[in-house]
Amino acid sequence: MHQYSLVLLVLLGLAAASAQSEQTPTAEQGRQLWIKEVLGAKGDSRACTTCHGTDLTQAGEHQRTHKLIEPMAKSVTPSRYEDPKKVAKWFRRNCKWTWGRECTAEEKRAILSYLKSQ
Amino acid sequence: MKKPLFTLVLAGLPLLAGSAMAEESFSQWLFTLDRMKEFRPVDNETYAEECGACHFAYPPGLLLAMSWQKLLDPVALEDHFGENAELGEDTLAEIQAYVIENSAENSYYKRARKITRSVQSIEPPLRITQVPYIKRKHHELTAAMVRDNPEVGSLSNCNACHTQAEQAVFDDDSVQVPNFQHWDE
Repeated sequence: MHQYSLVLLVLLGLAAASAQSEQTPTAEQGRQLWIKEVLGAKGDSRACTTCHGTDLTQAGEHQRTHKLIEPMAKSVTPSRYEDPKKVAKWFRRNCKWTWGRECTAEEKRAILSYLKSQ
Repeated sequence: MKKPLFTLVLAGLPLLAGSAMAEESFSQWLFTLDRMKEFRPVDNETYAEECGACHFAYPPGLLLAMSWQKLLDPVALEDHFGENAELGEDTLAEIQAYVIENSAENSYYKRARKITRSVQSIEPPLRITQVPYIKRKHHELTAAMVRDNPEVGSLSNCNACHTQAEQAVFDDDSVQVPNFQHWDE
């Protein structure tokens, strides 16, 4: 009996682990891009996470002004991605600041899919 | 007997002249209880949202029109003190019009006028922290209070200490430097 419950527990654990990593391929690509670090103009390392953090359900902070940035996860800030013009504006600005260039349509799609999945 | 009345009228003349250029009519100016002590609070939604997204939305009366023009140039905004702050054409046009209409020299609020006077003999600075009036008002502050204070970091972070900055009130009594006892100018 004891053995059975142990096996069950292990199986449950495995199921939980696989559920956690279960993400659409695009969203997973987006996550990779989100954490990708690029060397900035002043030799500083920059990534999306520099200001937004790795836990998307938590608020981020502007590096220079320390202004609070509302969480990026759609589950926490549902209104975030409703205005396409606003989304385009922030992608343009922040891609340039972070990676020194505009993001491609594919990159933007992947990142957006990741942010919305959270 | 007639002399005091004459003096009174004479003294009133500059006030009349002043109101002609103000943002409000003479009667509005004369009968208001609010003597326009501070700055005109930010009252443009686009400005508040776009500029306030990254930093404290500074009342436009803090800088001269010439400074605002240089700052809000489309190319200049691509490198806005090291940040990319590009704006769409329409949005930018609205913000430019708003800040210039309410810039220091176009404002009749007390502190805006003091700022205008303080930059008269110099090239108008782009940084609010370089405005002589602002520098003078903050010269007693130590690095521990501002730069090395984790909750402040820079003088540009107005609302870190000015608890009523959102209402454009910068009175001494409303100042609370985080991690420090009440500070008196």
